[in-house]
Amino acid sequence: MDFQVVVMAGGYSKNLAPLVSEEMPKPLLPVANRPVLSYVLELLEASNLKDLIVVVEGEDVALRVGGWISGAYVDRLHVEVAAVPEEVGTAGALRAVAHHLTAKDILVVSGDLVSDVPPGAVAATHRRLDAAVTALLCITPVSGPSESVSSVGKDKGRKLPRANIVGLDHTRQYLLHVAAGAEVGKDIKIQKSILQANGQMEIRADLMDAHMYAFQRTILQEVLDQKEMFHSIKHDVFPYLVRTQLRSEISDKGAPKNGLNGADYSLNGSDPASEILTNRTHKCCAYIANKSKYCSRLNSIQAFCDINRDVVGEAGHLSGYSFSAQNNIVHPSAELGSKTTVGPQCMLNEGSKLGDKCSVKRSVIGRHCRIGSNVKIFNSVVMNHVTIEDGCFIQGSVICNNAQLQERVVLKDCQVGAGYVLTVGSEYKSEPLSKK
Amino acid sequence: MDSRRLSRTVIDPKVRQVGFFTPCDPPPARSLSVPADTGASAIVPTDMSSSPPLTDIYITNNSFSPVRIPPPRQASAEGLHSLGRAAGSTTSVFAHGVLSPHCWEGVQMPIGSYNLSEFTQGKSSMLSPSSSLDDLDFSEEDATSACLIGSASGKEAAAFPRSSGEVMMAIKSGANAPAKSALTTASVVKALPEVSEKDGGTSIEKQNEGIAARSKQKTTKAERRAIQEGQRAAKAAAKDAGKGAKSTFASSGGALAIAKQTKSAILPSQKKDGSAVVSERRFDRNPDKDGKKDVPQSSMQFDDKIRVEKAKKRAVVGHFEARNRVELFRHLPQYEHGPQLPCLESKFFHLDHIHPSVYKVGLQYLTGTTSGGNARCKEMLLAFQEAVMDYSTPPEKTPARDLMSKISSYVSFLIACRPLSISMGNAIRFLKNRIAKLDHNMSESEAKSNLLSDIDRFVNEKIIVADKVIVHHAVTKIRDGDVLLIYGHSTVVEMILLQAHELGKQFRIVVVDSRPKFEGKALLRKLVMKGLSCTYTHLNAISYVMHEVTRVFLGASSILSNGTVYSRVGTACVAMVSHTFRVPVLICCEAYKFNERVLLDSICSNELGDPDVISKVHGRNGLNDLENWSDHENLQLLNLFYDATPSDYVSMIVTEHGMVSAIQS
Repeated sequence: MDFQVVVMAGGYSKNLAPLVSEEMPKPLLPVANRPVLSYVLELLEASNLKDLIVVVEGEDVALRVGGWISGAYVDRLHVEVAAVPEEVGTAGALRAVAHHLTAKDILVVSGDLVSDVPPGAVAATHRRLDAAVTALLCITPVSGPSESVSSVGKDKGRKLPRANIVGLDHTRQYLLHVAAGAEVGKDIKIQKSILQANGQMEIRADLMDAHMYAFQRTILQEVLDQKEMFHSIKHDVFPYLVRTQLRSEISDKGAPKNGLNGADYSLNGSDPASEILTNRTHKCCAYIANKSKYCSRLNSIQAFCDINRDVVGEAGHLSGYSFSAQNNIVHPSAELGSKTTVGPQCMLNEGSKLGDKCSVKRSVIGRHCRIGSNVKIFNSVVMNHVTIEDGCFIQGSVICNNAQLQERVVLKDCQVGAGYVLTVGSEYKSEPLSKK
Repeated sequence: MDSRRLSRTVIDPKVRQVGFFTPCDPPPARSLSVPADTGASAIVPTDMSSSPPLTDIYITNNSFSPVRIPPPRQASAEGLHSLGRAAGSTTSVFAHGVLSPHCWEGVQMPIGSYNLSEFTQGKSSMLSPSSSLDDLDFSEEDATSACLIGSASGKEAAAFPRSSGEVMMAIKSGANAPAKSALTTASVVKALPEVSEKDGGTSIEKQNEGIAARSKQKTTKAERRAIQEGQRAAKAAAKDAGKGAKSTFASSGGALAIAKQTKSAILPSQKKDGSAVVSERRFDRNPDKDGKKDVPQSSMQFDDKIRVEKAKKRAVVGHFEARNRVELFRHLPQYEHGPQLPCLESKFFHLDHIHPSVYKVGLQYLTGTTSGGNARCKEMLLAFQEAVMDYSTPPEKTPARDLMSKISSYVSFLIACRPLSISMGNAIRFLKNRIAKLDHNMSESEAKSNLLSDIDRFVNEKIIVADKVIVHHAVTKIRDGDVLLIYGHSTVVEMILLQAHELGKQFRIVVVDSRPKFEGKALLRKLVMKGLSCTYTHLNAISYVMHEVTRVFLGASSILSNGTVYSRVGTACVAMVSHTFRVPVLICCEAYKFNERVLLDSICSNELGDPDVISKVHGRNGLNDLENWSDHENLQLLNLFYDATPSDYVSMIVTEHGMVSAIQS
């Protein structure tokens, strides 16, 4: 179908500070005991896309990711891993692989996407509307992942402060305006020319950019060549394309409109004339995923927890595991002590041992963990080879590989880095804990 | 033709009987299916006279059956089964060309009221416009069209010694000359250069012998061989005779006039003899095997479970059958429209064998981004052009065959997205014909460039230039002070109006529109922006606005060989109202949209749209009484796309070959 796929896998993300480490770069972070990158690769594989370019930041990450891919996907996918220097951004990464791109259209997918939206749908919309760029937009789940790291834990009750502002035309196919959450202050500035050309714009704050874009290769490369300052696809390239869709000068005098409460606005302009759409130089389109589809990005610790919970819970079909009658996944080799309960939406992987009178609810426990007796684990993610001794209480936390929790440790909303040891009886709340 | 006239007086053809009915008094000689399966239409008289009891069997067998008027291709395949389709058209054309018109009229004489041979012959002469399309030789085509423009019925005049007005008379007078009938028909078979007399003779003999035994449709081995030989020979004959004979008769205008005659004959018979129709239906299992490969879906009956199952297996796009299907339209595909697009979209990367541009066009059909006969046809051809451009022959395959199968798979994909329009069928047939005629010695690049330029010329000459010529003709019909009524959104009509406005003519326009598409609004906006004075109204007010209207301009999706205009639903209503008000109705239609099919109603062939759209009222979200209509078992919504306007209500047809005034019979 003349499409090439570039997967932006990333490297050591700062947002996920204590979780990622030398051994565990972001693409390999386990989501329900599978690297997060595997979700994207399998989504693409299901869509019959077998020639992929995976771009990662840093040579050593490339080695690790490449090693894992060649082991897991031998004979299934044809993957080329490209290493780019860190901090070049997604646009820089695309520039680095630009000479490999030959197809008519390029599908750029973020490596941290966990979704079941078929990429074909985005590509088909792109082709059907003959667009320059098509973005996948998802409806943000009500209690779903937010962009900000700070919203972990204590400010749960507060309204999520940042949202994407998206302007759509009345058919909800064309994108007229995008503003990423961070750039949005009190006012939204909308270009008058675009509003005039369309007559009507629907502004929505409940849509999330899923970082799956279909670009026309020629246009993308032109932009990348001309604008060397562009750093990120999402923040630079994509808004630029949307802004210049009429090839008019970017006017800052656009009428500011107030209010963004997540509701829909309809700004009525001159005349709802759809034919005027033809005079634009390139079309920017959106594919809005169905509400029933799962779609989220692993770009924060909160998101990491949410995705882990969802994948073994409501979006269970993504994990590829079969659920037991209790609606959980317990590996046959896992050992449970007496009076230990594993609730629904839990996952217990091979070789893990739980002592007596433990309780696990809505949590994922990795391979070969040793958990003593009388341990309570709620809403948490425990990775591989973790030792948790008797009487620990863990809630809303992430415990990385090889960490050790001695007796009676109490953790609430903490992140424990790889190999970190927590001493007897220590209590922590909302803290990242890792080796310095 | 006394019987024909008689039936016409007894039953007014304008009254259409629809649905289920009993054939009250089946006349014995009607069931043409008997000769139909046996072979050449030429032997009809012999057969009929020898086997009247057989026909009775069929009639009694199938007395309670729904009417189904077979698509003409099938009919011709049945009727001229032994000769093959191509030969079928040549046979009759040949007869017309060589013999005097009387023989044609004479043929039916001994048979009685209505019979298929008349039908087929009449039709196959109709078939000629499209058969000229088939092996469209541009120079030839131009010659014929030039001749056509000269006089609207020039073609007819060439074939018949009389002028078009007198054709009716000729037919009437033909009735008084029964002596010629049997002989002349036989000579049709013999006149064919390469269908050897032996073949024809044996098959006739066989038929005569085997008729009593053959109550079922099984043919003997020898017969089948004879049939095959006949087909082969006929094909060769068709090639030779085709160019000369067809081109002489390749006239849309002439065809139309004849269509009128044929129609009047078909109409009453259709009403009376459901059984004849039904017995024909029995045969379409076997004989149309070769016909169905050609354009499978057009003859596909969706109430035929076996075939639907088969079609499902090879389907590219998953369809979800609608839950509340409308009983009367069960033979047409009725799908849930909601899940179609997501399903197709998610399969985007799985459909590797579909060329991207074809896929894009298919999606545009599905979503309705591309609509309108000309636009769809043009887009399809351009997509095929791109596909041909990117095509490279795999090793060990001949380009002609491989490309043909590719195009066929593209076509079936497009059909899955939306059923083809008749004009698209014509265009596809043209393209396939060009591919089939590619010289095997030609290099691939040469063949490709040939095809590309062929497609280019088709788009140019048949659509773009044709539209210009139509505008040129039709503008002469607009005078100062006219009030023109238009319906829907026809691109040609729009061009005509704009051109007339540019020429400085003073006229007003009444734009009539209808739910659910409101295509007229877009047209209205364009017209108003150009400064034309317009009135906008909906179809339900048509009788009020018709008082002041002086001319009605309508577009058409297709014009069929019996003169029926197949067009956007509502057109028939407009045409009938204007007929009642004695306002002339002008149909603007490119010649490539003509088809040899015969339709008597809009039931047996139509397209069904998404029923949900008619349950919603635009701009009134409060009106949601039909919100969950599909939960009600007793409620079915029907959203028809097309309707058929009988030629009686059409005053004039404007094509690029000239203006043909339809004869009011």
